[in-house]
Amino acid sequence: MDITTLQALNAARADRRAAVAFTDLATGQSHLCVEGERCPDEWVDAMASALRSGKAGIIVAAERSFFLNVYLPPPRILIVGAVHISQALARMAPIAGFDLTVVDPRTAFATAERFAGVELIAEWPEDVLKVRPFDRFTAMVAVTHDPKIDDEPIRAALASGCFYVGALGSRKTHASRVERLRRLGLTDDAIARVKAPIGLDIGAASPAEIAVAILAEIIEALRRRDIMHGSEERL
Amino acid sequence: MQASTDILDPLAIAEAWVGEGRRVAIATVIETWGSAPRPVGSHLVIDGAGNFEGSVSGGCVEGAVISEAADILDTGKPRILEFGVADETAWRVGLSCGGRIRVLVERIDG
Repeated sequence: MDITTLQALNAARADRRAAVAFTDLATGQSHLCVEGERCPDEWVDAMASALRSGKAGIIVAAERSFFLNVYLPPPRILIVGAVHISQALARMAPIAGFDLTVVDPRTAFATAERFAGVELIAEWPEDVLKVRPFDRFTAMVAVTHDPKIDDEPIRAALASGCFYVGALGSRKTHASRVERLRRLGLTDDAIARVKAPIGLDIGAASPAEIAVAILAEIIEALRRRDIMHGSEERL
Repeated sequence: MQASTDILDPLAIAEAWVGEGRRVAIATVIETWGSAPRPVGSHLVIDGAGNFEGSVSGGCVEGAVISEAADILDTGKPRILEFGVADETAWRVGLSCGGRIRVLVERIDG
């Protein structure tokens, strides 16, 4: 590997962008493909599958062996709403490998006692996002039931390409949310990315069960996400 | 898949070492069989004086990788090393848990 490849790789990682390094095992030559940038056509499929699984390994292409190393940013979950479901989700998410933060401006909900050991910020989501913007490896879960708190982070998460955007509420609640998001200037395609009612349909009843359904839906979104390509002709 | 903000991040350390004018090699686990201690993709970085950060086996075979790295730093030729219980060297530098690993060691060229 040469130093420019190493620098480009470290820059992509610092920037929380996904990358795959291809190393020719016969020559030791390395080539870096960063998600969203151009990658040689013959590697596009191998790169996409590596980015989804996160698994490094050896592939054989054109009778040459390449080692693919995969560098994915650690996925994050941002929960808007320090509610009962969030208490359960905050305990499960780290076990599944997610960094998690809970944001709620309502200080009655956002108490250290209810969220011991959890990163908890008692501020408006839009203020938190100024210092900690969304990225593609962040999942956003909006569970306050209050449009004043939920709507702006939902809009921002869709605009930033977060791999998962979920919002609590019945179909009826969601229908009025869709109207509000349209008025905020979002396209129907973007709005359709919001998972609502939130969570996989497993008949979850208790807050903890709903947290499981949400976490499963987040994992599905991460492992089956659309990979960004730099070239227009391949998708 | 480590956080790039990790102060013990081997790749960030490798880049910093090169910036200081040190000669640097990177060892990477490219294949594992059985219960290998570190997953495929794990890195160990080594400089010309034998300083190292990271790991390819959680301590089992690092010593052997580091001595090979000295050679690779001189020649610039990448090499693939194999360690495991089936290997005779295993008795000298074997994997404690009985797996088998292949490690690519390469020099960072400026």
